[in-house]
Amino acid sequence: MTVLAVAEHRRGELRDVSHELAGAGRELADATDSELHLAVVSGDVDAFGEALVREGVDRVHTVDYGEEFNHDVSVQAVEQLAGELDPDYLLVPHTVNGLDYAPAVAERLGLPIVTDAVDMAVDGNLAVTREMYGSKVETTIEVDADRAVVTLRPAEWPQAPTGGDATVEPFDVSIDESAVRSTVTGFEEVAGGDVDISEADVLVSVGRGIEEEDNLDIIRDLAEALDATVSASRPVVDSGWLPKNRQVGQSGKVVTPDVYIAIGISGAVQHVAGMKGADTIIAINTDPNAPIFDIADYGIVDDLFEVVPALTEQFGG
Amino acid sequence: MKVLVTVTDVAVVDDEFEIDGLDVDERYLTYELNEWDDYAVEEAVRIAEDGEDVEVVTVTVGPERSEETIRKALAKGADRAVRVWDDAIAGRELLDAETKAELLAAVAREEEPDLVLSGVQSGDDSFAATGVTLAEKLGEEWAAVVNQLDLDADAGVASVHRELEGGVEELTDVELPAVLTIQTGINEPRYASLRGIRQAQNKPLDVQTLGDLGLDESALETPLRWTATYEPESEGEATVFEGGADETAGELAAVLREEGVGQ
Repeated sequence: MTVLAVAEHRRGELRDVSHELAGAGRELADATDSELHLAVVSGDVDAFGEALVREGVDRVHTVDYGEEFNHDVSVQAVEQLAGELDPDYLLVPHTVNGLDYAPAVAERLGLPIVTDAVDMAVDGNLAVTREMYGSKVETTIEVDADRAVVTLRPAEWPQAPTGGDATVEPFDVSIDESAVRSTVTGFEEVAGGDVDISEADVLVSVGRGIEEEDNLDIIRDLAEALDATVSASRPVVDSGWLPKNRQVGQSGKVVTPDVYIAIGISGAVQHVAGMKGADTIIAINTDPNAPIFDIADYGIVDDLFEVVPALTEQFGG
Repeated sequence: MKVLVTVTDVAVVDDEFEIDGLDVDERYLTYELNEWDDYAVEEAVRIAEDGEDVEVVTVTVGPERSEETIRKALAKGADRAVRVWDDAIAGRELLDAETKAELLAAVAREEEPDLVLSGVQSGDDSFAATGVTLAEKLGEEWAAVVNQLDLDADAGVASVHRELEGGVEELTDVELPAVLTIQTGINEPRYASLRGIRQAQNKPLDVQTLGDLGLDESALETPLRWTATYEPESEGEATVFEGGADETAGELAAVLREEGVGQ
């Protein structure tokens, strides 16, 4: 039996989630008495292939075709690899690029797909743990089939340790160029602006709970009183109330301040990915079950419109 | 030109809730237009406003309850709507991404849109796979997590930005027809005007069953089974301050001063 995990890279670098996939893949392979194969498609596959040789990995397959991720190429390459290796489980990162090709591969191979897995167990069938309703509940989805595609949430599994003696083998693909109907033309960094929130020691971060743009004034007052920088979660930036360079999270900036004050932020997984490295996390939110309290060091369960002005007053604001 | 927008009526859970069997007890759920789909509707309506002879059609897999949400999309400027539902669909506990895509594909084959816009994910089950699965079923191109769209209908190309992680966007050209999954922040969704809400009441909303779409119950078969739902155990060890706002703010201020903040 075989577990096949497909690594991810971008702009010349293998992403950490690739090694997490190897870690998760080994666990699944142990539970099913399988071999763990890794694959990497496009880019500097020789260097990537060597880097993917880690403990618990049996074989690494490199597909030397094109420089950057292109979903049409990845779909064809992974389809052909799956045809050759006949894997029981195909693991792909639950990332923007993973989501851009894994569902198509599953459809083409006629396999069920379970996305955003945070845990997996095998007891006869594969059972996948995932979250619903913005992390408020966890559910189990059982796969009543021998094979499946599963996308894994980043940062949920340990990275496979370095070492190991896997063989690295080039895999010859036959890409039908007429079926490559998308072209990656470049990359663009989100504008940096005048403030770099990743450099700030203290962040006063505001989320959906602020309700209206005008209410941001109480956040600015607090930030001024604390000599802190204002940042935000996605909904505030989507609303155009603060510029994109203030966004903390998976698609925004990763920040590691000494103190992070999350105000009216529920703590969606995409946000937490960007701020969990803060030394001290403080959460102010009306919902006692908000996931932000799971990672906070200090919390206040109350109306931010009462607590924030009171806090500002404490600092003479 | 025709733009098809997938519109989902998603469940939102109250702060306090109870689980009944596999799902949250209905008493604690309210329903609303899926946030990502709101942006997709807005993008489609803008395409219609920029071009001549563009029709915007919404498609929803959902019970009669979802018509309230569908009317909101119509009030924002969609021209007409299709809702897919029948007893067989209602009887399924789990409508996974593949099953939803199968139903949506049947509608898309009848409608033959030039472009399908779909939210990146739904706010309740968050599969985030329906749009790309739909594209593959239709044999069309796609792009996932689009946060900027420039459409050149004459050249048959959609130039998109895809929002990657870490503040980087990928620029990609995609051949039409295509399915694009739309990320929040791509635009600023409008509020429905009173006039729009009045007009929406008279716009066509067709209900289609499996049979109407030429499908049978085999279209609903999936090897995925929803077997358990539970509240995750809190891993939190937060010190939570209790009391009135002045009291808790005072305690928090003491912590902040200890951390050297505001001095």
